Amino acid sequence: MAKPKVATTSLAGCFGCHMSVLDIDDRILKLIELVQFDKSPIDDIKKFTGRCAIGLIEGGCCNEENVRVLQDFRAHCDILISVGDCATMGGIPALRNMVPLQECYEEAYLKGPTVHNPARQIPNDPELPLLLDKVYPCDEVVKIDYHLPGCPPSADTIWEALVALLTDKPVQLPYELVKYD
Amino acid sequence: MSDNLAASVREICKANGGDRTRLMDIVRAVQAKFGCVSGPAMEMIAQELKVHRVEVHGMVSFYSFLSEQPKGKVTIRLCNDLVDQMAGAAEVGQAFEDELGIKVGQTTPDGKIALEYTACIGMCDQAPAALVNDVVVTELSTDSARRIVRELRKHMDPARLVTRLGDGNNAHELVHAMVLNNIRVKGSLIFTPTNRGEAIRKALGITPAEVIRAVKTSRLRGRGGAGFPTGLKWEFTRAAPGERRYILCNADEGEPGTFKDRVILTELPDRVFAGMTIAGYAVGAEEGIVYLRGEYAYLRKYLEHTLQERRKDNLLGRNILGKQGFNFDIRIQMGAGAYVCGEETALISSCEGLRGDPKTRPPFPAQKGYLGCPSVVNNVETFACVTKILEQGPATFCEIGSQGSPGTKLLSISGDCKSPGVFEVPFGIKLSEVLKLCGAEDAIAVQVGGASGQMVAREEFGRTICYDDLATGGALMVLGPERNVLEAAEKFMDFFVEESCGYCTPCRVGNVLLRNRLARILAGDGEPSDLDYLNDLGQTVKIMSRCGLGQTSANPILTTLKNFRPAYNALVKKRTDGLQPAFDLRTAVADAERVIGRKSEHAHA
Ligand SMILES: Cc1cc2nc3c(=O)[nH]c(=O)nc-3n(C[C@H](O)[C@H](O)[C@H](O)COP(=O)(O)O)c2cc1C
Ligand code: SF4
Ligand code: SF4
Repeated sequence: MAKPKVATTSLAGCFGCHMSVLDIDDRILKLIELVQFDKSPIDDIKKFTGRCAIGLIEGGCCNEENVRVLQDFRAHCDILISVGDCATMGGIPALRNMVPLQECYEEAYLKGPTVHNPARQIPNDPELPLLLDKVYPCDEVVKIDYHLPGCPPSADTIWEALVALLTDKPVQLPYELVKYD
Repeated sequence: MSDNLAASVREICKANGGDRTRLMDIVRAVQAKFGCVSGPAMEMIAQELKVHRVEVHGMVSFYSFLSEQPKGKVTIRLCNDLVDQMAGAAEVGQAFEDELGIKVGQTTPDGKIALEYTACIGMCDQAPAALVNDVVVTELSTDSARRIVRELRKHMDPARLVTRLGDGNNAHELVHAMVLNNIRVKGSLIFTPTNRGEAIRKALGITPAEVIRAVKTSRLRGRGGAGFPTGLKWEFTRAAPGERRYILCNADEGEPGTFKDRVILTELPDRVFAGMTIAGYAVGAEEGIVYLRGEYAYLRKYLEHTLQERRKDNLLGRNILGKQGFNFDIRIQMGAGAYVCGEETALISSCEGLRGDPKTRPPFPAQKGYLGCPSVVNNVETFACVTKILEQGPATFCEIGSQGSPGTKLLSISGDCKSPGVFEVPFGIKLSEVLKLCGAEDAIAVQVGGASGQMVAREEFGRTICYDDLATGGALMVLGPERNVLEAAEKFMDFFVEESCGYCTPCRVGNVLLRNRLARILAGDGEPSDLDYLNDLGQTVKIMSRCGLGQTSANPILTTLKNFRPAYNALVKKRTDGLQPAFDLRTAVADAERVIGRKSEHAHA
């Protein structure tokens, strides 16, 4: 039987959650035995090659590109997991939700203390995705099946969740793995 | 101006004995005089009372009748609860807006008139209604709204808006209100001729313990909603250690759809004060406080007058009716527009001059209540019942009603019925009979017990009004055939979102999430899984909240989920694309398209 596929992506995140995936250390060898990685920054596959069992999402949606990728993940993955607080609740990027978008653009490109922009132009390259009016947690854009809390969730948390799902067991994480105080 | 402010603040604080626990009266007085409690005013009050400024600020920001920014010399507060909405409050609001040239929430540029929405003001039987400062105007239409504005512009005197007087004591010169009592059915307990002084005379003829025994024998249970046995409450309070004890009468009547206490206070205040006095004798208290909701300020002068008359007749004061050593007096504490202050511990906070935050229980008020002293908190109607019980004996009281719920209950009925008003019915009466009495045979649903109660469907109209079945503080809101039950539930959720004190997360946040998800379903974007979400989250809010507000706020949703499932099922549909229908990329990128000046290819693909 072919190994189930796992895909991962980082949307409006800091890659800390991906680091935490790598933090499972030598268990990554076991993981490779269990699964095959599909679209993911880990193997640099850019496009889905087929249907995936699990998609791990880091970060919420701050721009149109994030939305496109997330919807693509929803279309290709049986199970989607929001990994970390950014994906689950918007996290640090969502702090801008209190500031009108125009001001965000101006602060970034015109008024910020370290900005050097003699042309006084907000960049308008089609390569640059348009920002959304605010940062959305993933489950406000698509259905999410599981949420792993933490910033980032620990490697053990991610590992336990993945193994449970891949071996068809209920995801019941011990309290220590999901408590943060 | 600022000298004037300083002098006035000093005077007001002095008039209240410089007493920190009277902060509510002090800020209310400043608000009344200056139209707001400004930053400098807070500073001065804090100095005078030797408290931190933040304590004054906390007070001012908590209550909806207090404000830091100047509003208008006159504030029009249009009631927008469910029943008023059903009666056309939105159109009336529009008329006010048009005539004033401002939107709800604004003040006219000349600073004269402000327009606001407010929660239930206890006039559902004559909706739509509004408060113009303290003056109640009822049965509003777009025409009368316009007329009110034109009148005010001429004389700026709300009292002159009262051109016709209501019935009974509403026409008393000290009340002078257009409010109607709308007493539709008089029972054999509350709405009976009074025999002033007799109940107290009888109580003073027996020992305090015997008074408590009489109340216990009557099996009287609290009329405010929770239904705790009154005699037991008094016994606990009497037994609790403490030098002083207090009797508090809960006249906050904030539960949307409830207005029967208003009618008792208008027509039978002597009964209520007698009940409090008897309670004082029974538990050993010398001081009583009536916590009167800000919305009923128009009754205050008349109630003060009634208290004064009772003092004259030695029904209050020292050595009452010649009973040596029994002293008791009552003061009125005004509220300032906060539903949660009807919750007994929040009410106590408010009386103590604090924000109306509920306190953690235990200790219960009977152990540590007002100022830390053992206190009885009872509803207006409960006290009125006590007086009757002492007057005619507990046995007669028990003859009426049902086994577990003796006596009568005042119902406040409003909404889609022919004769809205107050009905005194025996406990145990069937809901269907009540609906017949008020002319609402075609009702499709009745919200029993106010916003925090339950939405009862037609199939269950055979149920009975009593503590063991449909328990209620008395509010029945009738929904006729053309009403949308789930939209009604949404309105109630709006109310709780507004009124949560914010202390506990499940209540502060949970109610918002519940309301938003229900709104999503009503917008046609709901899925079957949303119903489980509502149910689970509703249970969480119920179980995890500290006070009765959060413990009941999910009821509109939980009870409609249970009793009106088909209405929900008809709205939700399962989706297979895994997308969230409420998310719309076009809306989400619209701002950026405007700022950057390019269309999103993805959104318009
Ligand atoms: C949010 C909330 C609001 C309440 N509002 C009122 C009220 O307006 N009037 C009232 O008598 N009881 C109200 N209650 C109930 C009181 O907490 C308390 O149970 C009651 O005053 C006790 O009096 P009783 O035993 O005579 O009914 C409210 C409770 C909650 C939780
Ligand atoms: S949750 Fe924390 S670690 Fe993960 S992407 Fe957000 S900020 Fe980075
Ligand atoms: S349940 Fe709501 S109203 Fe009651 S204390 Fe908590 S936050 Fe305040």
